[in-house]
Amino acid sequence: MPLDKPYLDIPGTTIFDAEQARKGYWLNQFCVSLMKPENRERFRANERAYLDEWPMTEEQKQAVLARDLSRCIQLGGNIYFLARVGATDGKTYQQMAGSMTGMTEEEYRNMMINGGRSIEGNRFIGEDGDAQAHRQPPGAAGRKLKG
Amino acid sequence: MARITASIYTTHIPAIGAAWDAGREKEPYWQKVFCGYEFSKEWIKDHTPDVIFLIYNDHATAFSLELIPTFAIGCAAEFKVADEGWGPRAVPGLVGHPELAAHIAQSVIQDDFDLTIVNKMDVDHGCTVPLSLMFGRRDAWPCKVIPFAVNVVLYPTPSGRRCFHLGHAIRKAVESYDEPLNVQIWGTGGMSHQLQGARAGLINRAWDNRFLDRLIEEPDELAKMPHVEYVREAGSEGIELVMWLIARGAMSDAPPRVLHRFYHVAASNTAVGHLILENQ
Repeated sequence: MPLDKPYLDIPGTTIFDAEQARKGYWLNQFCVSLMKPENRERFRANERAYLDEWPMTEEQKQAVLARDLSRCIQLGGNIYFLARVGATDGKTYQQMAGSMTGMTEEEYRNMMINGGRSIEGNRFIGEDGDAQAHRQPPGAAGRKLKG
Repeated sequence: MARITASIYTTHIPAIGAAWDAGREKEPYWQKVFCGYEFSKEWIKDHTPDVIFLIYNDHATAFSLELIPTFAIGCAAEFKVADEGWGPRAVPGLVGHPELAAHIAQSVIQDDFDLTIVNKMDVDHGCTVPLSLMFGRRDAWPCKVIPFAVNVVLYPTPSGRRCFHLGHAIRKAVESYDEPLNVQIWGTGGMSHQLQGARAGLINRAWDNRFLDRLIEEPDELAKMPHVEYVREAGSEGIELVMWLIARGAMSDAPPRVLHRFYHVAASNTAVGHLILENQ
């Protein structure tokens, strides 16, 4: 019998469960290594070489190099682990979270100042909230794409 | 006998610590956060406990994927401040209370909660930000702290019900300790926030305020809420709020006095919630 996963119908949300953690084990452990200043230095000096010391998939390495946190999360990463990469880059949690939304840093910051993202339409996949797949990308990026 | 006199609940957003450490608390953006703690800082000057039992979650800091305890009690004499990647915060480390921690561990484990005993653990923003918010800048924290880490990062986290019942067991353990200590229990984390994907930045003000109401008035009913409702309504990281139920469960059965309540949107990505409840 498969495990009960009642959280699969939430838009834009990947729950870090045992299955994701298994997929992302080395990706996340690489992130943990960046808690040591000497490892942050070595990573900064040659990211590719540092990543090659870890038994991660090529896809995971590419996602880290591109700082594509959404992709990292799909590939088994978790934000609290990935935050070590962001910290190494001198990024804040707000910059990291915002980078996954397709919004510019300013758009995201303003959304938070104005009360955050609304829950309305964002509880279940298939509703019409701004986090739904058919509404991506949002903000200026979306307007540009849609002409 | 030792006694739990009050419980304190607060968000532990890392950006609050960063703003505080950089001396930015007077900036309008941060003033709106810190003003919610003015009452608390004054109150705790006259109500500093002997020991704080501080419930928080480790953010992949002390516990990597190598080892993930669901409930971990810090039994050491001291705990260092962790380097989370930005360098360690310039705040004091914790002085623990190994005797009380060992007593609680022995009592609670025999009450069927399988705690993990931790004798070496660096503490991250989950633990240090609440201390900064309540005590301000210090060379040393004014009391002993027993850090209690709960896994809310790797699903499944413990249920609200289990957290609430664990609180009961902690209360019983504290009340059976011979020394007449004044103990506070702090529940930290939350409120609504999501730090991933297209739904990042989610805030649910109505849900958060209802959570505060119910935590005060009907915690036993609130404890029945399933995980998925936290995640759906308060965001993937909003699940941290189950930790508040441990602190609430450690309070007396009689209704508590609500000394302070504060709610603000937002600091960084997160809704700020804060309560002080005192036992009658």
